[in-house]
Parts: sequence; C-alpha cells; structure tokens
Amino acid sequence: MNSGSMNSGSTNSRIGYIAFNTFREAVLSGAAILVGEISIDIERLVVVNLGLTAVSLFGVVIAIFIGIGLVSKEIDKRTLYTVLSRPVRRWEFVVGKFFGLTGTLVVNTFLMAIGVFLALLYVAHRFEKMDVWVLVALYFIVLQFLIVCALALFFSSFSTPLMSAVFTFALFVIGNLAEDLRGFAKITQGVGGWIATAIAYLVPNFSALNVISQVAHGDAIPGRLILYNSVYTLLYSAMAISGAVLIFQRRNLK
Amino acid sequence: MAAIEILDLEKSYLVGFWRKRPKLALRPLRLTIEEGEVFGFLGPNGAGKTTTLKLLMGLVFPTAGTARILGMDMDDPRVKSQIGFLPEQPYFYDHLSARELLNYYAQLSGVPVKGRSARVEQMLARVGLSDSAGVQLRKFSKGMLQRLGLAQAIVHDPKLVFLDEPMSGLDPMGRREVRDLIQQMRHEGKTVFFSTHILSDAEALCDRVGVIHQGELRGVGAVADLTSQTQGKIEIIFYAQKVPAGLTSLGAEPRVSGNMVNAVLPEEQQDAALEVLRRERLKLISLTPVRSSLEEYYIQKTRPTEGRKEDGRIEESRKGVGV
Repeated sequence: MNSGSMNSGSTNSRIGYIAFNTFREAVLSGAAILVGEISIDIERLVVVNLGLTAVSLFGVVIAIFIGIGLVSKEIDKRTLYTVLSRPVRRWEFVVGKFFGLTGTLVVNTFLMAIGVFLALLYVAHRFEKMDVWVLVALYFIVLQFLIVCALALFFSSFSTPLMSAVFTFALFVIGNLAEDLRGFAKITQGVGGWIATAIAYLVPNFSALNVISQVAHGDAIPGRLILYNSVYTLLYSAMAISGAVLIFQRRNLK
Repeated sequence: MAAIEILDLEKSYLVGFWRKRPKLALRPLRLTIEEGEVFGFLGPNGAGKTTTLKLLMGLVFPTAGTARILGMDMDDPRVKSQIGFLPEQPYFYDHLSARELLNYYAQLSGVPVKGRSARVEQMLARVGLSDSAGVQLRKFSKGMLQRLGLAQAIVHDPKLVFLDEPMSGLDPMGRREVRDLIQQMRHEGKTVFFSTHILSDAEALCDRVGVIHQGELRGVGAVADLTSQTQGKIEIIFYAQKVPAGLTSLGAEPRVSGNMVNAVLPEEQQDAALEVLRRERLKLISLTPVRSSLEEYYIQKTRPTEGRKEDGRIEESRKGVGV
C-alpha cells in the first residue's frame, strides 16, 4: 500500500467514527444503569409522571457522569495521544464525543419510552389521542440531554471530573428554576435586577423543556413551544460545544 | 529532502502554586533528520525526549520555534496522515479488541474502506497478534500492548514513524521483536525517529543519534563514526596461565581469566608486546584496536557541565516567557 494514495477521510466520517466508538463505550459502561423498572400498577397520570421523570433523571445522570469524563478521561488515560496524532482535528474529536454520547442517550430514551408506553397500555388497555403529547415530552427530554451533555463536555474541557459534575448538576437544578428566576428578575430593580436578568438568561432554561405535568394531564403542547425549544437547544448546545472546543484547542496535553 | 527539520523549538511550563514561574522543559532545539534515516533520541528520564515528541505531534504547543515535517509546517493537517506515533507506555480503549482498535485507527487515518480489513489483518500478523485479534485489550500483557502500539503506528503505512521509548519495560524477547520491527521499517524506506535510554538498542538500530540532557541537545553524531573512533589503545588476548613480566613493563593492564590473558596497552607498544609473546612462546588469540562505545559518548554528553543551571529553570533575564 502506498501512503501517498491514502486520503485523510472527511471530517464527517471521522466524527462518525469517534461518535460510534463513544456510543459503544457508553452503552457498555452504562448498561447497568439503563435498565429501569417502572411500576405499572398505577393510573395513567402517575404512569406518565413517574415514567417520564424516570426517563429524564436516568438520562441526566448518564449524561453527567459519562459526559464529564469524555475528554478528561481520555487525557488522563492518554488514549487521546494516538487519536490526535492522526488527521483528526481537536474540534472534530469534541464534536464526535458529543454525538456519541447523545446517540447513547437517544437509544436509552427510546428503550425507556417503550416501557412507558407499555405501562400506559397496561393501565388504559388502549392508546389515546392525547398520548401523542407524551412523545413531545420525550422529545423535550432528549433536548434537555443535549444541553446537559454539552455543558458536561464544556466543564470537562478545563475542570476536574468532580467539579464538572458539580457545575453541570448545579446548572441542571438552577435551569429547572429558570422561569422562576426570570420572574424574579422582572420584579427586581436596579443593579440587582440586571444581575438577576443576566443569570436568568444565562442558565439553561430547563423549565421550558419540562412539560411532563401538562402531558400527564393530557394537555396539548403548542407548536410554537416545540419550535422555540428546538431552536433554543440547538443554539445553547452549539454555544457550550464551541466553548469546549475553544478551550480544548489551546490545551496542552500533559 | 529532510524528513524532520526542527527549528529552535522551545517549551516552558509554568510551575508553582502561588508564584507561578516558567520552567524550561526544552531549550531551543535545532535538529534535522533525513528521509530514510533511523534516528535515536537518547537521554535520561526527564531529559526532554517526550516533550519533543509531544511538540512534534501537536499534543503540546511550543513556547517558541517551529518544525517542518516532510516538507510541511508541523501544524499542517496533511502531515498527520503521513506520520505514525507510538506514545510511551501506550494506553488504548480497553473495551475494544485488537482488531477493532486497529480498524478504528485505520478509519481515522483515512485508510480506504476497500482493503482496510486486509490491512488490519496484515498488521496483526506482522506484530504476531493474529491469534489474539478478537480478545479485549484489558486482557493484554504489556508486551502485547506494545506490539499493538507499533501496529497502530504503521497501520496507515506512514512515511515517518515516531516511537517514544518503544522498548521500555519489555523483556528481552519483546525487545528483540520490537527491534526486528524497526529494522523492517528501515528496509521499507520509512524514516524512524525514536527516543530511548537503552543504548544497546540505539547502537544496534540507529544511523545517527542525538543526546539530549536537561532539555538541551548536547550532541549529534553517526553511530558508525562514534563507535569506529579508536582510543590509541589495543587489546591483545593470548593463551597463558600468568602475565609475562615483559608485558607489564610496557604499561599493559592485564587480566587473567582461566588459561587466557586479556591485556590493554598503548598502541605504540604493539610490536614490543608481540615480541614478548614470541619470546615467551605464547599463542596469540586476537589483537584489536580499542574503539569508543556509544555509552562513552552518552556519558560524556550527559555529564554535568560547569556554570550550567542544572534544574532547568529559566534564568532571571528570561522570566516572563509564557507557556
């Protein structure tokens, strides 16, 4: 074989390879956490509430605990050396890692969603039209995972795994109170008001992505909210990933 | 064409918790490696060998200077598809098998789909891992990981291979296998740049060596030249039970071993020594000039020199150099 005839492959394929490898690693290490049992001896409302909350919490836990080690673990174990000495750009590595983990979470959510719908079928003996909103709630949960993964990746690009976990979880909790924070900012005057507004809009708005309670009651989700949440997640995740890339690009690997 | 041109590459790190101060890991390094050459980068632990390799691989960023690899700037993305790298004590994804790992690296290196599997199998066979190809790497021994490390470094058939301490921690058999693989690379026309502190390996493999110590390149030379220099002494070996009196008076340093005597003496006393042996009717076994060894060159170059700051800290006038 002649090295001259070898091309270095496309960015997309390299990201794909890294994503697939990360997916496989995450599936193996996370398998024990992924299998959850959902109580089915309850009514529809409780099934939806508990089921979707379980899907969300399991996913967030996986997103944080795998996400914080995605980059730092590779640096500590020096597995990164043999990857970055190839025609792989640092941003490609970070983006590949992100897609690998989110891919794992999508599969996890899909499997757990099957459990939720089976439970719904068991209690109601048939699917109803309003169950379609459960799918929307699941979609929003996946959007939450994208943001949590991006944040975990961002913090892990410059911090220790422990601190990354603390920062990411703290932002997840605060983000679930984002609407309250925005309300507080509106009624606060002066410098305090400015600071409260800045924080309220800087933290990820997880409360807008949490519609579990509405769908449990069979309420419809407006199309406008679906569009807003999709665009918001895309932009917020892109910003966090860009931050991770900017930091990682300049980092010396010791 | 030069395979590697290192142009005043320099690296310093900030050390200290409260008062950060720069510490030089590599003083400005200027070095050229020709294509097809096997070059040994020698030095004790902490000398700056790994720092140099990490700089060339783009794993750490230089404080100053640059390098050209295969005629391209070291930051040029095209460089990476034509080089291979084996880090010191390599770690790999241990959830993968050897075959899966090589396939992953072949994918990242742009090995075409057609022929990729065959190339992977060929590499596994070359490093003697065909029988363990499906075993997860967490079950591999250190020697097996090192061989796999070499396979991943050449799976994409690079022109230039960087090896960081490739024989480190291996048993004699493992070292022999790695040496043979490097010899094969030489025969394939690849340029090999490897760091080591095992001098016998460097002497057996390298065309040229460079000695680095405390972040500074202390000398570069062709192994053949370094080991062919005579020291103005000869070594004679002959059959005898004791040292003849006439030989000692010639300034010889004799050593009796069984029924043989081994003596080193000044070159100009060669004829006189042979006359002593003839007179005493002793049978000569060999007479050879005493040559310099790579070890002597290494020790000479790594000996502390007067006036040098041995802790590698940057002199007062250079403080403020960023990392």
